[in-house]
Amino acid sequence: MLFHAVLDIQLHPGIADPQGSTIERALPTLGFDGMSNVRSGKSIHLDIEAHDAGAAEAQLHEVCEKFLTNPVIEGASITMVEAATVQAG
Amino acid sequence: MTAKVGVVRFPGTNCEFDTVEAIEALGGAGEVLWHGDAALGDVDAVVIPGGFAHGDYLRPGAIARFSPIMTAVIDAANSGMPVVGICNGFQVLTEAGLLPGALQKNAGLKFLNDWQILRVESTNSVLTSAASTGDELNVPINHFEGNYTCSPETLAELQANEQIVLTYVGNPNGSIADIAGVCNEGRNVVGLMPHPERASNALLGSTDGNVLLQSILDSVTVPA
Repeated sequence: MLFHAVLDIQLHPGIADPQGSTIERALPTLGFDGMSNVRSGKSIHLDIEAHDAGAAEAQLHEVCEKFLTNPVIEGASITMVEAATVQAG
Repeated sequence: MTAKVGVVRFPGTNCEFDTVEAIEALGGAGEVLWHGDAALGDVDAVVIPGGFAHGDYLRPGAIARFSPIMTAVIDAANSGMPVVGICNGFQVLTEAGLLPGALQKNAGLKFLNDWQILRVESTNSVLTSAASTGDELNVPINHFEGNYTCSPETLAELQANEQIVLTYVGNPNGSIADIAGVCNEGRNVVGLMPHPERASNALLGSTDGNVLLQSILDSVTVPA
């Protein structure tokens, strides 16, 4: 089965986010008020072939832990849909 | 016998020849090692120099840590060989799990290229043994991701074990506890963001980096 996955990588709470802080400071100077708690991260989109959803998710957790995130400072949340569903929808 | 220092070259490394030259000026022997090789050869110590290994894609050091030579570097480090990471090399060593913590984008999001005063906090490491505690060294920095960070628990351990070997006088990048360089518990693996090889000759504006490079040579146990 082919799945499409989106990995949302964010710094752990409490780890300073210089990019997020800079964006937050810029917002009011551009006239955007009322926005706070800006955190910036990265997202990685990929397709994965696996036996079933559970196997795909296990592999994605492993690749995030070993390579795509630095677990010292980051974590990833994984969203997955079956690729066929994407095409049909 | 002369101490032989292997300097690892990844695609994108750009300080390997400066590092070799600075080591040789101090009487050591330097050899550039290719990242794709599986063995370290007959070197007595390893330096991972500065640059942008593998383009710094994903995160600095994230891809370099999987280069074939890193297995040999990790084995050597675990068996006590001196291993020093300078700038990008520091990032590689944290990604490889040889040093605690991680290096984040600088506070203020500026690429920093400047002279910086460092303070020697501990002389108990392969990078600082020839210096004295409290020494202030004028050594350049050249980085975008040099903002050292770690969990409060890790910081407490680093402080308790005196693993913080160098700090910044006037923190340029937001590093936690002004950290410029840390060592592992065995004190044979050290990483620092500043570039001692760029402060190795009066023509460059400072020779303060030599005491750090000399420490690496001194740390090598060379049979007489």
